[in-house]
Amino acid sequence: MTVVEEEQKQAAKPVGLGVIGWLRWGWRTLTSMRTALILLFLFALASVPGSVFPQRAVDPGQVARYFAAEPVRAEWLDRFWMFDVFRSPWFAAIYLLLFLSLVGCVLPRTLAHLKEIRRKPPAAPRNLLRLPHHAELDGELTLADAVAVLKKRRFRVETGPDWVAAEKGHLRETGNLVFHLALLVLLLAVGVGGLYGYKGNVLVVEGDGFANTVAAYDRYVPGASVTAESLEPFSFRLTDFQATYVGPGHEKVGQPLTYSATLSVKDAPGAPDRVVDLQVNEPLDVNGTLTYLIGHGYAPVFTVTDGAGQVAYEGPVPCLTSNTSTFESECVIKVPDAAPQQLAFLGRFLPSTLPAGDDWVSVFPGAVNPTVQIWPFAGDLGLDSGQPQSVYDLGAHQNLKPLGKMTAQPRPLAVGEALDLPDGAGKIQFTGVKEWIALQTTYDPGRMPALLASIATVLGLVLSLTIRRRRVWVRMTDGRATVGGLSRTEGSNFTDEFAEIVASLNPRSGVTDDR
Amino acid sequence: MTADSLATLSDQLILAAILLYLAAMIGYALELAFGTRPAQVRELVRSDGGTVTETQPGEPVVWARQAGRLAVGASWIGWAANVTATLTRGLAVERWPWGNMYEFVVAMILAAVTVYLFMQLRYPVRFLGAFVTVIAALGLGFAVRVLYTQAGPVVPALDSYWVAIHVSAAIAASGLFTVGGVAAALYLIRREGESRLPARADLERIAHRVIVIGFPIWTFAVISGALWADKAWGRYWNWDPKEVWAFITWVAYAAYLHARATAGWKGKAAMIVSLIAFGCLLFNLVGVNIFFGGLHSYADVP
Ligand code: HEM
Repeated sequence: MTVVEEEQKQAAKPVGLGVIGWLRWGWRTLTSMRTALILLFLFALASVPGSVFPQRAVDPGQVARYFAAEPVRAEWLDRFWMFDVFRSPWFAAIYLLLFLSLVGCVLPRTLAHLKEIRRKPPAAPRNLLRLPHHAELDGELTLADAVAVLKKRRFRVETGPDWVAAEKGHLRETGNLVFHLALLVLLLAVGVGGLYGYKGNVLVVEGDGFANTVAAYDRYVPGASVTAESLEPFSFRLTDFQATYVGPGHEKVGQPLTYSATLSVKDAPGAPDRVVDLQVNEPLDVNGTLTYLIGHGYAPVFTVTDGAGQVAYEGPVPCLTSNTSTFESECVIKVPDAAPQQLAFLGRFLPSTLPAGDDWVSVFPGAVNPTVQIWPFAGDLGLDSGQPQSVYDLGAHQNLKPLGKMTAQPRPLAVGEALDLPDGAGKIQFTGVKEWIALQTTYDPGRMPALLASIATVLGLVLSLTIRRRRVWVRMTDGRATVGGLSRTEGSNFTDEFAEIVASLNPRSGVTDDR
Repeated sequence: MTADSLATLSDQLILAAILLYLAAMIGYALELAFGTRPAQVRELVRSDGGTVTETQPGEPVVWARQAGRLAVGASWIGWAANVTATLTRGLAVERWPWGNMYEFVVAMILAAVTVYLFMQLRYPVRFLGAFVTVIAALGLGFAVRVLYTQAGPVVPALDSYWVAIHVSAAIAASGLFTVGGVAAALYLIRREGESRLPARADLERIAHRVIVIGFPIWTFAVISGALWADKAWGRYWNWDPKEVWAFITWVAYAAYLHARATAGWKGKAAMIVSLIAFGCLLFNLVGVNIFFGGLHSYADVP
């Protein structure tokens, strides 16, 4: 929009302060380019707290830690949605206003531009020598020549009895409109993705399977319009997971190099299996539902025999990684089926064990020499209490008692070794090591529209920034030709191009430029 | 050459580049300070007894101009050292040499110097050299002293062809914006009227030109970042701190361009907006990594 247009909008203040007048003024103000810009600014400003404070949607654990460290301040911040900035009403208000403002601004301008494109260049002013760029030609020039030269330079040309009018650069406004329209589409696509998309997280141990249903997820976040039936019905089994790390002798020993999970995937029930090598940056794609490898860890395998001599538990136990550079992990094993008492164990898993004083440590993330330290408990797990429990936490179970004497550092078990529980309560055997992977599945129907819209944004932007709108006229008076030029884009340099145009109209002419 | 000796060579070349940029800076500064004799204002007595004042533009001082030319030479050699350092680092680690903050800052300085050197081939902007080289020397010094990371492989998230697309775009745009930032800062330092610095209009034109080129590249960096995030993290936009600040920077530069093109703000106000945008850029490149963390796994500041 040029300055002149902007001023016209400004001038349209409410006339007779009736309700209609005010409404009209409000709409005008909201839809002016200036308001759109201010809103865009506000939008950016409003996202700042989202980078300063931890966000629930991104990292709920960190928010919990903030609450623990600064309860009073966190309470207050929470009142202003500081931990949910991007889902807060005030952020939504800015987003909606920006959206409205863009609609109101862009649609009328698009219509006006469509008319403008079809309009012929305006007739030549009487005196071309008054224009900022002008020249008098001393050679012979016919109108037909002038038309040919200007057409060759891709001007749109209109002729009159003794003049030629030419114009170029409508793509500037077209680009500008494309940019703003694409921004609108982008905002819409993001909204649609939020409504019709979903996100789920799940942890899968080697050898286990997963079917894409709401119940199978550990955490499932649907958009407002997602139903359980709309989930893509694929399933897979994790047959193997491999991680490689930088070996000893380098500053970065232990740094991960590659992760690779081998999945056997069925795209739909009854479909044939296909083998997929799932890697970071290479998600599994089933008809636009994407599954990502976002983490991994260890799941030592145990066999627990209870006091009655029955096998009460057999299988892998996913452990939480407590140190991401050595993969030292913490395990909780709950054995509700044990008799006569329920059993529970805390474990500390060390993938590459070395003794350190009277302690043991892990020195490398790979499972070179895996061991696990075990602390046994017996009593009532309280699983019938109805309280939800985490599988990664023994919590504060009043009814669990340590079995035997608690030692700070029990001797770790190597694979195949067993710990006999005191008082004939049974034994726990460490039989092997599996790995688990953390997966995130997302479905977002707005992805593609958002991508296309953002590409259009860039293209429109480049057009609107690089193209200049300019007009050139040629007028014949008494067999002599004068040329005038006008740049309709502020701050652009038309002098050189005008000189070239004049030169191609007539090599012997002189150019004047009085800006 | 082995990977280790290539990596060592790269480290030494960075030190050489710092020294050469410093030498160039001295040359540029000499030319700026002594390159032109002050303009002469003379009072002439006219034949009818009145007086007129006549301003004679300053004449060039030969030795100082020579210093300026030598400075350009030193900058080119420093640039060559910088290029070779980046190349040998890449060869040593067998990947794109911008996988951590150290490498990223080195590449960004290289981009800024490249923009300046090629610009001064076409336009009379040699005076910018003093400021660009001092930033280059400081930036490389900061990289070596604070951010240095031994040459090595990257984590799986960064082992992707997207590095070549996304990060290269971010680097190129940052280089351009840095030159724009220098011109804008000079604009504000320089008052109206006589000065050793070039006219404000020239400074504004330089800033505008590089920002107009840099802005679409930055936009592309943000979009390709979103594409990568879609591949790596399972969502194309999630308001990670880096994303927030990339967006804020984008809006700030857009505001500058809009202010200039549509509101017709030229001069001081627009230059201040462009400097705010540049501040956001720097904050995103360095501050976000230090203060906020986030998912950008390259961002391990030692
Ligand atoms: C425009 C400002 C940004 C800059 C300067 C920037 C810079 C970088 C750099 C230096 C890397 C590391 C690659 C490497 O060192 O090899 C990177 C990685 C990455 N960036 Fe950006 N980035 C920006 C914005 C974004 C945005 C807006 C997104 C997403 C919407 C994004 C997504 C990613 C992803 C997914 C990675 C790789 C994964 C990872 O680091 O874990 N970036 N970026």
